[in-house]
Amino acid sequence: MTDTTIGTAPHSLDSIQSSYMAQVQKRRLYGGLALMIFVILMVAGFNVADQRNAGGFWDGLHRIFDYPADVLSEAWEKRADLPALIVKYFPALIETINIAAVSTLFGAFGGLFLSLLGTRGLAKWPRLIPVFRRISDIMRAVPEIVIALVLIFVMGGGPVPAMIAIAIHTAGALGKMFSEVAENADLKPVEGLASTGATWSQRMLLGILPQVAPNYISYALLRFEINIRASAILGFVGAGGLGYELRNAMAWGPGRFDEAGAIFVLLFGTIVFFDQLSSRFRNRLTEGQGQ
Amino acid sequence: MSAIDLDFAKHSADSLFQRKRLFAFSIPVAIVLYFVYIFFAFDIAGLAGRINLNNAVTLASDSWSHKVHVTRDNRSGDVVYSVEGERKGTYPDGQRPDWVSGSEVTTIDLGRDHIVRYLPENRTEVEIPGFPLIEVQAEGRTLISNLPQELPDWISASNRRIAITTPEGRITLTGARSEVFNYFTGWELFWFTLDSPYYGQGITTILFGDRLDPTRSNIAGALSDWWNNPMWRHKDVAWAIGETILMAFLGTMGGAMIALPLAFLAAKRFSPVMVLRAATRRLFDFVRGVDALIWTVVLARAFGPGPLTGALAILITDTGTFGKIFSEALENVDQKQIEGISSTGAKPLQRYRFGVIPQVVPVLLAQILYFLESNTRSATIIGAITGGGIGLMLTQAIQTQKDWEEVAYYIVLIVIMVMFMDWFSGWLRGKLIGRKD
Repeated sequence: MTDTTIGTAPHSLDSIQSSYMAQVQKRRLYGGLALMIFVILMVAGFNVADQRNAGGFWDGLHRIFDYPADVLSEAWEKRADLPALIVKYFPALIETINIAAVSTLFGAFGGLFLSLLGTRGLAKWPRLIPVFRRISDIMRAVPEIVIALVLIFVMGGGPVPAMIAIAIHTAGALGKMFSEVAENADLKPVEGLASTGATWSQRMLLGILPQVAPNYISYALLRFEINIRASAILGFVGAGGLGYELRNAMAWGPGRFDEAGAIFVLLFGTIVFFDQLSSRFRNRLTEGQGQ
Repeated sequence: MSAIDLDFAKHSADSLFQRKRLFAFSIPVAIVLYFVYIFFAFDIAGLAGRINLNNAVTLASDSWSHKVHVTRDNRSGDVVYSVEGERKGTYPDGQRPDWVSGSEVTTIDLGRDHIVRYLPENRTEVEIPGFPLIEVQAEGRTLISNLPQELPDWISASNRRIAITTPEGRITLTGARSEVFNYFTGWELFWFTLDSPYYGQGITTILFGDRLDPTRSNIAGALSDWWNNPMWRHKDVAWAIGETILMAFLGTMGGAMIALPLAFLAAKRFSPVMVLRAATRRLFDFVRGVDALIWTVVLARAFGPGPLTGALAILITDTGTFGKIFSEALENVDQKQIEGISSTGAKPLQRYRFGVIPQVVPVLLAQILYFLESNTRSATIIGAITGGGIGLMLTQAIQTQKDWEEVAYYIVLIVIMVMFMDWFSGWLRGKLIGRKD
């Protein structure tokens, strides 16, 4: 950096200025190059995606709103049926929410253990820290749909495959976030408890959990929001719930668009409702913290 | 402190503990009750009946093994050898596995003295240690065999079909044809199919040996045969992974580029018009709330299936998420830098460029890179719905319900891809904004 120029000798102002300008120039060059590469990647990527798509971007652009307009207009014509349809699909909605809730609970338990066992200073078996970290990395890397599809083959359709699939991914994802929080936890309570002869689980339960609980719950709630979306998507590939009903309703095509419309409304309402609810809770939980 | 005060303090402490204990007790109880409800709602008890353990066994064994079919057409008497029974894996004329011998009588050695013989005139002999020799004669559509009435559970027989399952392989006999499946570990034909001259050659032969195919040099020929392998379709798989990453890249970057200017509109500090601010925020909430699933469905109607649809679905959903995060970051900007810049007489645009952007760029970049990784996963899932990328190949392989080794291969590739993107986005973040967690 410029330290060397300033530090070595009282050079004239000119040389400082010229070296500064040279640096600015170099920076601009790099910035410009990076920007150029980025633009080329974007344009080339868009063209490739456009070519490999069944329909082109420019042909389809004006048709974006055709389908929503069809669905909405038909749903509007049959708006009298809408409450009845919402009641009809309410059980499916409950199933979708249940999948998300159960998998979040299981995933949070799994993530809790993975994080405590994979954090330096807390782990029960310090040598196995890398093992638990890799386990959580792999669990995080597997997309839910992979496990769900395989389990659907073994167990048949229904909520359980989706629940297991989402729980595994959640455990990995929360394991990472939890261990980031646990790394910053104060170790003094743990030392104090250890001096009284507390076991590992007692040290964790009484020394660490009270410190990290607000953040853990906040992350788990965030995950719950994400999992509601995931469970709707998995329904689409046959795992039950609202997504499954949506696929069926769409397969019927025009004439049954009122059903698709009702499901859209339910799904949208649920996601927004739980987003708001959980963000309010999370704000309360992390209130007064520096994070 | 008087005794009454002390009593009061003790009493209130007691009741506080009581309340805490009740609370600490009630949460696990609520969770357990919820699980009980779920047990019935998800019909876990009925699940045991629905689980198909045979499927699980097939899946587990097929994912790391392959089988070679030896099929005799009983009408013509021709014997065909093929890997996984696929036409693409058929042995060329005149070639056959080395565990098959004989010309008049085709002898198939399954290993450990399990021997099947295809005799002339559609007769078949199966020799299994510890069991009397099985002789079967196919006549028209019926089978005549010397099997006893009482059969062990690994043989199922009727006068139309006989199936024998041994640890060494499976034998299926019908009137029309006789089939033997011999199982081996490993993924067969992963590198080259049987019609390639490089099949079965060692790596040193390919690298340093004489030309196997006179028209091509060994390395170029081997690479092209591997790349165009019709069984494992390495070329298509590479394209599919490229498409998935492309969807994530276009979606994330496009979403960020659209969200940034809108985020200024939604941030209290930069957008004094209340109505505009509220409208932008509701827009963000709306596109986020509609969710990638519905966007995918809607966009697939307009653009058809493919990577572009997936990219746009990610783009639209992420515009909402990014908009929310960016506008929050913009509201937390330090005013002092902007004041400093404006004290030099900077115009509004310059104030944004030099006072605001440098402050928020690290936050925004960190978020964008984090989403790049998470969107790679979403792109796999969206690809399965909208028909593009590795997600589609995976769903197709699972739906055929037989190519489990391909499913295993795709799963491994997906995990590697996501972990690579995780590592790459972390590396890029380190390069661009310095290691600071």
